[in-house]
Amino acid sequence: MSDPHLNPKLFDEDCEQVPSRNGYGEGLVLAGEENKNVVALCADLTESTRTQAFKDKFPDRFVEMGVAEQNLATIASGMAAVGKIPFITSYAMFSPGRNWEQIRTTICYNNQPVKIIGSHAGISVGPDGATHQALEDMAITRALPNMVVICPADTIEARKATLAIAHLAKPCYIRLSREKVPVITTEQTPFEIGKAEIYHEGKDVAIIACGQMVYRALIAAKALESHKISVRVINCHTIKPLDKDTILKAAEECGAIVTVEEHQIHGGLGSAVAEVVSQNFPVPIKIIGVEDRFGESGEPNELLEKFGLTKEAIVKGVTYVLRMKGK
Amino acid sequence: MSITAQDIHKLEEKAVLIREDIIRMLLEAGSGHSAGPLGMADVFTALYFNILKHDSAKPDWEERDMLVLSNGHICPVWYATLAHAGYFPITELKTLRKLGTRLQGHPHRGALPGVETTSGPLGSGLSQACGMALGLRMDNSRRWVYCLMSDGEQDAGNTWEAVLFAGKYKLNNLTAIMDRNNIQIDGFTEDIMPLEPIKEKYEAFGWHVLEIDGHNMEAIINACNEAKAIVEKPVLIIAHTIPGKGVDFMEYKFEWHGKPPNAEEAKKALSELRTLQGKIRSEHE
Repeated sequence: MSDPHLNPKLFDEDCEQVPSRNGYGEGLVLAGEENKNVVALCADLTESTRTQAFKDKFPDRFVEMGVAEQNLATIASGMAAVGKIPFITSYAMFSPGRNWEQIRTTICYNNQPVKIIGSHAGISVGPDGATHQALEDMAITRALPNMVVICPADTIEARKATLAIAHLAKPCYIRLSREKVPVITTEQTPFEIGKAEIYHEGKDVAIIACGQMVYRALIAAKALESHKISVRVINCHTIKPLDKDTILKAAEECGAIVTVEEHQIHGGLGSAVAEVVSQNFPVPIKIIGVEDRFGESGEPNELLEKFGLTKEAIVKGVTYVLRMKGK
Repeated sequence: MSITAQDIHKLEEKAVLIREDIIRMLLEAGSGHSAGPLGMADVFTALYFNILKHDSAKPDWEERDMLVLSNGHICPVWYATLAHAGYFPITELKTLRKLGTRLQGHPHRGALPGVETTSGPLGSGLSQACGMALGLRMDNSRRWVYCLMSDGEQDAGNTWEAVLFAGKYKLNNLTAIMDRNNIQIDGFTEDIMPLEPIKEKYEAFGWHVLEIDGHNMEAIINACNEAKAIVEKPVLIIAHTIPGKGVDFMEYKFEWHGKPPNAEEAKKALSELRTLQGKIRSEHE
């Protein structure tokens, strides 16, 4: 394993915490500076999605859509047809939630390089409640041909991902979080679309996570090590195309897998991993996520606990797959 | 831009040839829509043989005008027109809806030269055309964007999001043409979901609206040219058309919206169209 150059203060109590949407906002400005064809469209959520910085810097390349997500997707498709690289931003619940068919037909089937940015994904949206907590977005985007799906672990990775998709001539979806999450990577941490990164080496079990669950997976791995369980932690930020090599290598070398995501257990990262592993090198898998129910109001950490997205749940999952592996 | 009577006659004759090909390809395909394509044959002919800046030898020409067909189900008329305009061989029309064809049941970008965007799911074409118009304006381009849409898809929310948007951004490089044939699959538009007063609705949203007889070649061309002279607003041309136009037993009948003719019906339709062609020729002589 090469050094992932993680934040040295990762396990400290005062580890910096920033929402991943901030990194998107920074990355969008950088992408705009690099390429004048980059344009941004937002559906009445410019500040909270962090598209504001781009709007301030490039007012002529910013398009205010109003509360109209179907139009958001289709206007962007049209702009891409004449050479623009549109970033469309809203909450994940509304885009790609409300406008899924428009994304399917006019962006993915057309294969236009529209970049869909879904902020406020996951249960950790908090007090706004279930209507605003997108828990199905990776499933519905992952099912679309031509689509790239990325769920960054922190703000730095979100910035890198934003810049990277601007260079990719394909439809892409990036899933972002509302609340502050620990900054676990650094500028030096490798990031490549479609390449899962090993953040912690181990041989008994592999934890494959995405988004803010990567942090919790690292915490869980540390706790398990004190019990002499050697855990490999993989940041699988790209859900599609999935890094099959890294995942199958983990299956072969560790023999048991736990996946963790802030998403329904149906159709997301866990499903993607299970599809590859079950058909190529079957090993016991535990999929940790929201178990086929809607969210509710509450503080982010209260909700993560209530819905079983904690270090303790991951440790329990590891115990479960190790028992299966031993049979 | 003046157009001579001779030019008009040539276009009218071309439109009949296109209608004949529509009948032949639908018969061959065994499925597809009849009424809409026949009704829009005159508008498509006027666009591709008089109005549009395009080059069939260079479908990706950077100076070309953009055309979006929002109601993709009437694609037989688009395919027949593109073939007659030289984008691909007319013989290929026989492959409509068959396995491996470039002529998909609903048009697909990348499958066929001249098709700028995939369409079929209704209500999404106008907003794509708006996106093209805005993108081109950002580049100070003089290219024009045309959007052909049905009246039935005015039921869709996405259409109205686009109508609002075009009004807000004053997309003066956009001309939308509505095929006002008053039918949709389940019946007459005014029974399914009343649209009138549609002209006033668009005007209230900041559009300039023209109304024409969608089978009058000269009126179609004049309206498209007039639209280019309206500098402060997007323009909607409401083209009143007769569904199934040119084939007597299909005209005005919503039953012909979504089905192809059988062999006997096709024979009768082609015979009627030949008579129509003869009538146009004799008028010209």
